[in-house]
Amino acid sequence: MDILNALITFLNFVFIPGVAYGAQLALGALGVTLIYSILRFSNFAHGDTMAFGTMVTIYLTWAMQGAGISIAPLPTALLALPVAIAITAGLVLLTDVGVYKFYRQKKAKPAILVIVSLGVMFIMNALVRLLIGVDDQDFFDGERFIISAGDFKEMTGLSEGLAIKSTQGITLVAAAILVAALFWFLQRTRTGKSMRAFSDNEDLALLSGINPDRVVAVTWIIAAGLATIAGVLYGLDKSFKPFTYFQLLLPIFAAAIVGGLGSPIGAIVGGFLIALSEVIVTYAWKKVITYVVPESWAPDTLIQLLSTDYKFAVSFTILIIVLLFMPTGIFKGKSV
Amino acid sequence: MSGSGLTRHKNLLLFAGVALLFLLSGAMNSWNYAFSLLNFSLIFAVMALGLNLQWGFAGLFNTGLMGFAALGGLAVVLVASEPVPQGWALGGPRLMLALAFGVAAMVATVALYRRMHAGRNRNIAMVIVLTAAFFAYRAIYDPAVTGIESFESATYGNMGGLGLPALLAWPVGGLLAAAAAWAIGKTALGLRSDYLAIATLGIAEIIVSVLKNEDWLARGVKMVNDLPRPWPVYEEVVLQQTPWFTDMAANWGFDPVTGSSILVKLLYAMLFITVLAAVIWLTERALASPWGRMMRAIRDNEVSAAAMGKDVKRQHLQVFILGSAIVGVGGAMLTNMQGLMNPGTYNPLQFTFLIWVMVIVGGSGSNWGSVLGGLFIGWLWLVAENLGPGLMQAFTALIPDGFVKTTLNANAQHMRLLFIGVILLLVLRFNPRGLIPEK
Repeated sequence: MDILNALITFLNFVFIPGVAYGAQLALGALGVTLIYSILRFSNFAHGDTMAFGTMVTIYLTWAMQGAGISIAPLPTALLALPVAIAITAGLVLLTDVGVYKFYRQKKAKPAILVIVSLGVMFIMNALVRLLIGVDDQDFFDGERFIISAGDFKEMTGLSEGLAIKSTQGITLVAAAILVAALFWFLQRTRTGKSMRAFSDNEDLALLSGINPDRVVAVTWIIAAGLATIAGVLYGLDKSFKPFTYFQLLLPIFAAAIVGGLGSPIGAIVGGFLIALSEVIVTYAWKKVITYVVPESWAPDTLIQLLSTDYKFAVSFTILIIVLLFMPTGIFKGKSV
Repeated sequence: MSGSGLTRHKNLLLFAGVALLFLLSGAMNSWNYAFSLLNFSLIFAVMALGLNLQWGFAGLFNTGLMGFAALGGLAVVLVASEPVPQGWALGGPRLMLALAFGVAAMVATVALYRRMHAGRNRNIAMVIVLTAAFFAYRAIYDPAVTGIESFESATYGNMGGLGLPALLAWPVGGLLAAAAAWAIGKTALGLRSDYLAIATLGIAEIIVSVLKNEDWLARGVKMVNDLPRPWPVYEEVVLQQTPWFTDMAANWGFDPVTGSSILVKLLYAMLFITVLAAVIWLTERALASPWGRMMRAIRDNEVSAAAMGKDVKRQHLQVFILGSAIVGVGGAMLTNMQGLMNPGTYNPLQFTFLIWVMVIVGGSGSNWGSVLGGLFIGWLWLVAENLGPGLMQAFTALIPDGFVKTTLNANAQHMRLLFIGVILLLVLRFNPRGLIPEK
């Protein structure tokens, strides 16, 4: 019996990676949910928006590294981020003016807008692949660990180490700041309030003199910003590969739907719920269990519920269970 | 394809235009190439008809086509590939027991759920039963898999197929897809359209990851090669040694190697056209029947159709199963033609979203439109893989040598994604009912 070491192992391999991944999903899901509540459709191009923003960040990072600019111990990508967000927001606004606006004015059905977003998805996907290719790109630099496993063992004298990667720390700090800023914006500022009014009742909002073009433009800019940040944090933490970002669409949508599409709190809760379940179900628990049970009970198999290749099954199962029992998600989303 | 004379001529012209595209590929590249384009496009057209049944007729947003196509591919391996009796002996029966236990446990859980009253007791019971069933299942299943995969894993490691004629695998592929569609439809069809889209997208990813990881089933990413050809398609090498064929080559003066390859593709094309014609006939009949009218009534207004006494849920399930089965048949045809099952090649862009573009461009709700869209977009998708780099070279000739030019040229085969996206957006904007609109 060694509760302390079991706890450290759990934190190190399950909780901390799960929370960091959850924060990344939550930021992605916030973008999806905002677009859903203001523009009233599920944006299938969101994963590729993340990929595009990350690609721009990668190129800017490489340029800065080449020019010898660095903010060590932090990764250079953080310095490139604001410019990348501006460029991504520009592209997304361009798709709005060139593509989505027409259907919005025609009051097209949500399903048509989803299909339109498939077209945008193809184009963004093509842009990313043409400009950077399909391979893995590593753009992390700076200090790798806040605490490394070795240092932790030395400090505490425990046999298990607790490593906290700097990317995990950055993810959590950035997510906390962003979420606080977003809620402040939605609750306290005039633009934020008009966005909420627009989301609650479009006609009423228009009657009271809210400028719909402004609301829509601000929504796209916020969504592009959240997508780029989520993409860059994920890429720093793991790695950047266009196809992986496309596939992130699934857990991100699962998070937004489980939380209740259109509910920002729901998106955050959903993100953590999906991420932690994914890690818990695909983690091999042998080590943790060996620490907490008497020696003779120690398991001789990995005690892994599902192989990591089935992580999509986890998002999917949670999605189905929640929808069967709470059709509008945990935090009562809206339906269009 | 009836209607007024004008639209009839327009539709014929559209098909003639697409035929011209294939002829152009044949004249400018090679006939071998043109036939391979045609065969792929015919399969795409079959799949597009399946999706049109779901989206065009019934308004069901299915983005899980890839999964059903992959199940069709699996059917070819299970039905037609050679049996591996040693592998089967090491765990086959136990595996069947595990699968049967899994199904029985699911049925028992659902029955228990229905019998108990809602409340905390039921929730606790559900968690206990499901957890126990999961571990019991793994206890039966894991040794069976280890057994099967231990037999010569470099060449086999799977339970093998039945060694039956490959043609039989096509309807079986449809049945496998239909069975999966039944299970998915039962759970997910009640969901709203965008939820259904995400759910089916997820299901397709799960099906493909099962195929990638369960080596006992179809060797996973190690692939099953050399799948037998369907009747009456010969192997090229066999053909090249067959007297009547070599005589013909000598008499008519063509190269036996190229000739055999073209003849094989021609036979495939004939098989595919037969299947396509059958599916068109069935879907056209369905469209014109009272069933088709009811389906469209449900699509256009679910509430009033339900008020008229139509069982919306049941009809949706029915059309979801039918459409998925057609996609499954298409998937089996594709795997059979390629001669190998490689789950790594299933990509939602090509196997799901491309089919969507075909249906939208052709005209959702219109069967002939889906066929036209399938052939046209299929041709474009395949040709653009080679056309893209050429265009890109012409374009990059304008910019100086360097990193940008190298990168763009190295990735130029992805130009086709751009073409497809632009075409989809243009059609949606300027011709939203598609090339051959629904009547």
